[in-house]
Amino acid sequence: MPVVTRPMTEATARDLFPGALEMMILESLRRQPAHGYALVQHIQQRSNNLLQVEEGSLYPALQRLLKAKLVKAEWGVSSTNRRVRTYQITASGLRHLEQQISSFGRMFEGIALVLNPGKSPAS
Amino acid sequence: MDWIPNFFRRRKLYDDLSEEMRLHIEERAEQLMGGGMSRKEAERHARMAFGNRAVLEEHSREVWQWPRLESIWADVRIAARNLRRSPGFTIAAVVTLALAIGANAVVFGVLNALILRPLNVPDAQSLYTVERGDYKEQATSYPDYLDLRDRNRSFDGLTAYILTQVSLDTGKNPSEVWGYEVTGNYFDAMKIQPYLGRFFHVADEHGPNSAPYLVLTYAYWHSHFQDDRGVVGRVVHVNKHPYTVLGVTPPEFRGTLLFFYPDFFVPMVNREDGPSFLSNRGQRNIFMVLGHVKAGVTPAQAIADLNSIGAYLEKSYPKDDAYMTYSLARPSLIGDMLGPAVKRFMTGLMLLAGLILLAACANLGSLFAARAADRSREVALRLALGSTRRRILRAVFTEAMLISLVGGVLGLLGSVVLLRQLSAWQPIPKYPMHVPLYPDANVYLVALFLALASGFLFGAVPVRQILRTNPYEVVKGGSTGIIAGNTGHRITLRDILVVVQIAICAVLVTSSLVAVRGLARSMHANFGFQPENAMLVDTTLGMAGYSGDRVPAMQRRMIDTVQTIPGVKTVGFVSEIPLGGGGSTADVFTEQTTDLRTSNAAANVQVFKISPEYFHAAGTSLLAGRGLSWQDDGNSPRVAIVNAQFARRIFGSVDNALGKYYKAEDGASVQVVGVAEDGKYSQLTEKPRPAMFLPFLQSPTGMTTLVVRSERDPQQLATAIRNKLRGMDDGLPMFIQTWTQGLDIALFPSRVATVALGVLGLMGAMLSLTGIFGMAAYAVSKRLRELGIRMALGAKRNQVLRAALGRSLRLLAIGSAAGLLLGILASRVLAFIVYTATPRDPLVLGGVVLAMLLLGLLATWIPAQRALSIDPMMLLRED
Repeated sequence: MPVVTRPMTEATARDLFPGALEMMILESLRRQPAHGYALVQHIQQRSNNLLQVEEGSLYPALQRLLKAKLVKAEWGVSSTNRRVRTYQITASGLRHLEQQISSFGRMFEGIALVLNPGKSPAS
Repeated sequence: MDWIPNFFRRRKLYDDLSEEMRLHIEERAEQLMGGGMSRKEAERHARMAFGNRAVLEEHSREVWQWPRLESIWADVRIAARNLRRSPGFTIAAVVTLALAIGANAVVFGVLNALILRPLNVPDAQSLYTVERGDYKEQATSYPDYLDLRDRNRSFDGLTAYILTQVSLDTGKNPSEVWGYEVTGNYFDAMKIQPYLGRFFHVADEHGPNSAPYLVLTYAYWHSHFQDDRGVVGRVVHVNKHPYTVLGVTPPEFRGTLLFFYPDFFVPMVNREDGPSFLSNRGQRNIFMVLGHVKAGVTPAQAIADLNSIGAYLEKSYPKDDAYMTYSLARPSLIGDMLGPAVKRFMTGLMLLAGLILLAACANLGSLFAARAADRSREVALRLALGSTRRRILRAVFTEAMLISLVGGVLGLLGSVVLLRQLSAWQPIPKYPMHVPLYPDANVYLVALFLALASGFLFGAVPVRQILRTNPYEVVKGGSTGIIAGNTGHRITLRDILVVVQIAICAVLVTSSLVAVRGLARSMHANFGFQPENAMLVDTTLGMAGYSGDRVPAMQRRMIDTVQTIPGVKTVGFVSEIPLGGGGSTADVFTEQTTDLRTSNAAANVQVFKISPEYFHAAGTSLLAGRGLSWQDDGNSPRVAIVNAQFARRIFGSVDNALGKYYKAEDGASVQVVGVAEDGKYSQLTEKPRPAMFLPFLQSPTGMTTLVVRSERDPQQLATAIRNKLRGMDDGLPMFIQTWTQGLDIALFPSRVATVALGVLGLMGAMLSLTGIFGMAAYAVSKRLRELGIRMALGAKRNQVLRAALGRSLRLLAIGSAAGLLLGILASRVLAFIVYTATPRDPLVLGGVVLAMLLLGLLATWIPAQRALSIDPMMLLRED
């Protein structure tokens, strides 16, 4: 069943886990710089369409990353000759991503243990 | 902390963001078109996939904003835009609030200046005046004062002063000025340093006439000596005696009374009656004794200390000193003489002003509720489009706050102007009365707080309405589902608000009518004299250098001279006019009393020293016996005319008193030869008091007021009198006014009360007018269609009116009845201030009912016209 990440509203949580979208964006950008549209495509493809990101919800997250100086942006022209604003991960963005991944990893591990008692997380 | 560069980059950031989003949707659409979709279809899908762009863009922008301040600023801008779109509503709301806040700021400004703000002397918090006995008397004799000063262990210097008017000759024209006669330690005890020159001290005094020194106040020095620093050491003449100017007080020091600005200070040891004043324990001429309570001593301890001195005085001087128990009070309003009355009145006024503000809030609250109801579609749409209720509430509150702040600032500005004008006003020209009401930070803060609090109050009214809005219902139903209850018979919050508001207004209208009526009646009350067609000529012969036997001779010549002016009917002479702001009293004893100590006195009575024609001139009628004659002089037996109250009190009845004797303070037997009607002597609200009228040839006095009865034009007559008297002695200071003007001081409190209440009542009436109008207009406009159908079905005019306005008028009736009842209860308080103020007056009751009816009629007139002019066809044809 696809998990729908919704735009942040006061009524609902920002996304599945706070910071999950940012983490996915950073991870995508680590592989290669991209503009917003490409990022959405990438995340949806990589998740086998399990994560149907509402496309626009990417932008508040990108602004937060920009403000925290974890990414930087530049206007340019894409391979398909479109005017695009390309995002690139910064050094502090990389550090941040490492930390996040390890802490999320531990959290997932913990959740998995609770949800599947008796099974070894390694299996 | 990179918000400063962010702030300047923000425009670019936002533009980039919009552009990026637009490109994103474009790219998606193009891709979908590549898959074979039509452009329109593709664009629609692209937008849907993107989500709510406006909300997302807002959230993206929020990332860059200073979270609170900026979104508040954005809200304020939106609110301002919204308000600009409905100027009628905005102006009505702002004006209502400006008036209400202004009224509160003015009343608080006065309260603050009169009661809360301490006198402008160092350590005013520990400064107290010493009052004596159950009647809280300030008056003290000099020997008693000395005992208090020297025997107490609780005060940092106890000082005393007397208010005095003198003729001051600085080398040019002598002019009458007011000042203080003070004890030598006055400036030291008040901890005041000279602005120029030096002050006198205890060491400068060595008995009667030993200290002919004078200290000027800054204001007098500034206006009369043009800041001439060479004034120190100059000799001036006070009542023709030479005095040396020692120095000038600092500008901010205006004596130790709040509302009476002296021009100079002289030592009281130099009084003209010095020898007897300084030694006579029964001569209570000192106006006030005051001083700072020592640090670490509580007022209760100081009182105990004073009382032990009082007990000593009673024991040591039984003839003069009785009831020597003491209490302390604030000196600024002459202690308990004015303080409690002013405090009570101002508190009452503050309450009423608070009610005005509440009524205004109720008014604005129902306006806001109506506005919210009218905008329920907009609210529902915004909710449906993803806005949150909190956000919408924030917008409503921002509007309320904006209105309250603008209204508050306007009201405050108005009140500052008014307070400044009141400060410059001199209500009673004869005295140097100033009421310094200049607003300070307290006033600004209170006004701001009230504005914000009321904004919050009326902004909160539509909250429930918005929280209950169901967007689907409203959008689906196409009509405003939320206020349906208003046309039914359920009692809504708005109904309650309107009733409360009308009740408050009725209270205000009632109390102002009670006050106005009371004042009108006190103008025509029987004072025991006829102020119409009478002029008063005040002179103080002492100022012109008269003393001893020359005084009565001069007084008699003045009477005879003024009598020769054409058109003058009678000229009488009296030491002090009744209700003139002054007055002196004396103890009297029954004929049998031999031990003439104060505690044995039969009564303490008002004393007037008069010429034989005084009763004629004043229009006071004699109830029994004879009047006084020129034969009642120093060579004939002592006689007096007493008033009816005196006769009843001492002798049982008027008839009984004639020919009987009583004893004066000096032990002499005085025969009662006549009985005069009762009158009002020091206050309009006083109970009947005993009074005696003594022939001035037997009891000389330097204080001289001529009462001139004539039907001539006062202006001309005043000139004629002045010329005649100047012809006798061109150095004679005098003050001429009509007796009606002379009553200003007695009527001052009730006039102030009436004006204040009248203004508040008027504001209350205006508020209820707009309140009822708002409600009725709203009720009609909401039910236009229903009324149209009724008319189409054949309803009569009065049936339509009843349907349209019945509810409003019912609420008006309930509110008025409640308000009238409350108003009657509140008016009891008024009776203390305004003479003959009583709410149990058919004219007042009728007036209130009539006023509220008129208000109701006036307010519902336009809505009624609107209801009657409905064209059913037109309404039914619409959609």
